[in-house]
Amino acid sequence: MTNKKIFGVTALFNDPNAIIAAASKVDSAGFSKWDVNSPYPIHGINKAMKMKPSKLGIITLIFGLSGTVLALILMWWTMSIDYPMVIGGKPYFSLPAFIPVTFEVTVIMATVSTVIAMFAFFFGLPRNTHALHDTDYMKKVSRDHYGIVIEAIDPKFDERTTLEFLKSLKPISTEIIYYPEKEEYPMFEPRFLGFLFGIAVVVSLGTYLMLNKLMYIEPFDWMDNQAKIIPQTGSEFFADGRGMRLPVDGTVARGFILYPFEGQTNPTEVLSNPNFPTKENLELGQRKYLTYCSPCHGNFGDGDSRLAGQFPNPPTLHSERARNFQDGMIYHIITVGQNVMPSYASQVTREQRWAIVNYVRALQRAKNASDSDLKFVKAK
Amino acid sequence: MTYQKKDLPSSISKIGMALLAFGLVFGVVAFFVDHSRAVFNYLIAFTFMISIGVGALFLIALEYIVGADWSVPIRRVVEFFAAIIPLLAILVIPLLFNMGELFHWSHAEAVADDKILQGKAPYLNVPFFIIRVFVLIGLWSLFYFFFIRNSKKQDSSKDQKLTTINIRLSAAFIPIFAITISVSAIDWLMSVEPHWFSTIFGVYFFSGTVIAALAAVTLATVLLKEHGYLHPAMTNDHLFSLGALLFAFVNFWGYIAFSQYMLIWYADLPEETFWFMQKWEGSWAIFSIGLIIIQFLVPYIVLVSQPAKMDPKKLKFISVWLLFAHFFDLFWLVMPEMEQLSGGYSFSWIDLVFPIAAVGIIILVFNMKAKKENLIPIGDPKLHRGLDFHL
Repeated sequence: MTNKKIFGVTALFNDPNAIIAAASKVDSAGFSKWDVNSPYPIHGINKAMKMKPSKLGIITLIFGLSGTVLALILMWWTMSIDYPMVIGGKPYFSLPAFIPVTFEVTVIMATVSTVIAMFAFFFGLPRNTHALHDTDYMKKVSRDHYGIVIEAIDPKFDERTTLEFLKSLKPISTEIIYYPEKEEYPMFEPRFLGFLFGIAVVVSLGTYLMLNKLMYIEPFDWMDNQAKIIPQTGSEFFADGRGMRLPVDGTVARGFILYPFEGQTNPTEVLSNPNFPTKENLELGQRKYLTYCSPCHGNFGDGDSRLAGQFPNPPTLHSERARNFQDGMIYHIITVGQNVMPSYASQVTREQRWAIVNYVRALQRAKNASDSDLKFVKAK
Repeated sequence: MTYQKKDLPSSISKIGMALLAFGLVFGVVAFFVDHSRAVFNYLIAFTFMISIGVGALFLIALEYIVGADWSVPIRRVVEFFAAIIPLLAILVIPLLFNMGELFHWSHAEAVADDKILQGKAPYLNVPFFIIRVFVLIGLWSLFYFFFIRNSKKQDSSKDQKLTTINIRLSAAFIPIFAITISVSAIDWLMSVEPHWFSTIFGVYFFSGTVIAALAAVTLATVLLKEHGYLHPAMTNDHLFSLGALLFAFVNFWGYIAFSQYMLIWYADLPEETFWFMQKWEGSWAIFSIGLIIIQFLVPYIVLVSQPAKMDPKKLKFISVWLLFAHFFDLFWLVMPEMEQLSGGYSFSWIDLVFPIAAVGIIILVFNMKAKKENLIPIGDPKLHRGLDFHL
């Protein structure tokens, strides 16, 4: 027993004022490696121990401010540079909407960094035990006593004189604390891991029950059962059972223009291409052609579709007939469809349809180039 | 160290008298020069006195209900500020005679061709309004009377039971306070623009109320302590809690004010946004931005560090600042609703008269109470523990 290593000596008091008085005496005796343990924070103990203000606040401040900056940069970049979206008619960068997120990120960065800093700098990980644990002293100061411990690593420490000194402070008892015979780091002890696992199971189960069961019980499901239009279901709000209103007779929606030539075979006299085949227009046409037309017509309009076999192949766009189509005729076919080809009016806008027409013209000319075309290209 | 009562210097009552006399004379003149502006300014001064008085009463109840020790040595200071409550019943009378000037909804012909006002008429009508005003002042006075009577009795009897009774009273008062302060915010401040509504408005006024009351208490405590009128055992640690509470409520105000703004801004419904638009017209925009700086940013920066919360100099500065800020807040709430100022602010000396009179009244009431009573509750069983308070 005698060759055990000493951790330190402790003294117990049963009055918060006594511990404050004792603490200032220990401080003036010149000790540096000592501490006070109490069941709750004691007002005035910081002053008695001459403790310096904690530096943890600086870490909190730095990380909190970086959270503010990061959150703002993130929202600025995502919401107004990378993928600008109009939300509720507000500007791309609208500060009031960003403030709650900025606030939350600031708080979470500040708190998480504080906790991590505490673990990293003050708790001495990976050691998750301490010589004072599992002692009578610790049990008492966790309940109704106040204790002082002077550690053996203190330069002024001497087993006998320090004990005498503590006794001179008139504590109710003193004790010498030894290190446990074998120092353990029971971080990966089965019981501890089992405890963690148990907590994980309980939390998951609780979350599951909360989100999947409890939220569907009255009255928690009120938010789910709001009076609103749900797609594919009737609505009791209006007498006719529709969720939305039909437009008033004789009106059209803003920006919508009727296509008046549906059912006609050749409306080309009135349909003429409003766009010149500029580079931008042709590029737009190419993009849309490759997206919507090429699966059947092929990348170059030969009718050699990628969908061969699953869908009847369309005839080539380079036939005599197709090349003699007016622009308006191609536009008309895209808009209303032809034979097995359905209407593409809902996929491509009017602008885009005309651009596709220009691009198809370019394809046709490229496949059936005239001599003057070839000369021009060669000259280039 | 023991407490010995010292009488406050007579200069305090002289200052109070001078301010009040000045305010009274020019206030009466103002009523004749620009009737409408005078009435609106009177409303601001009146709501400011509600803030100080009822806010202080709330702080008393708060101390009892949370069982705070640190605030016991300064509770008398809070009580003296609450003493203005019974006086509100008299101070309100000029407003009741000028309701037509303040409240659009009090005109029968205006309600007749306004569907919204007709809908609100069951609540916003003159008889019910007057009943509410006096019921609220009556309730506050009742609680004030009981709190103070028990607290005073304790000075001589040192009876612990009185503390228990006051704790129970506070439990009853806190929910009543929550309702009454919201109702008075709606009645006095929101119904100036009867078409507008905001469900968070009561909380908004509450946050300002507590800031004003706390600032007044902080200022008085620091001054009294500096000149040795309070218990000599009191330290700056006691001030820390006042500073921390001020800081907390400055944050709370910012949180609530922003919540109110953001929800209205986001929903973008014309029936709500017009109220903020009024406060953005012409020079009112400067006031709106100024409000954020005065009521939130400056106090936040001044109070954020720990030493600042217990520094008497900084506390004195910031409590005067926050008292002004609450006045500014009320001014910003009410004045843009005045018809002649709807396009932008133009200065008038009338705006300065009524705050001066209000401060004069508060000082006089405080001084009158402080003369009669001990400046600390010497019979409170928690006084010793309160004095022992250390950080």
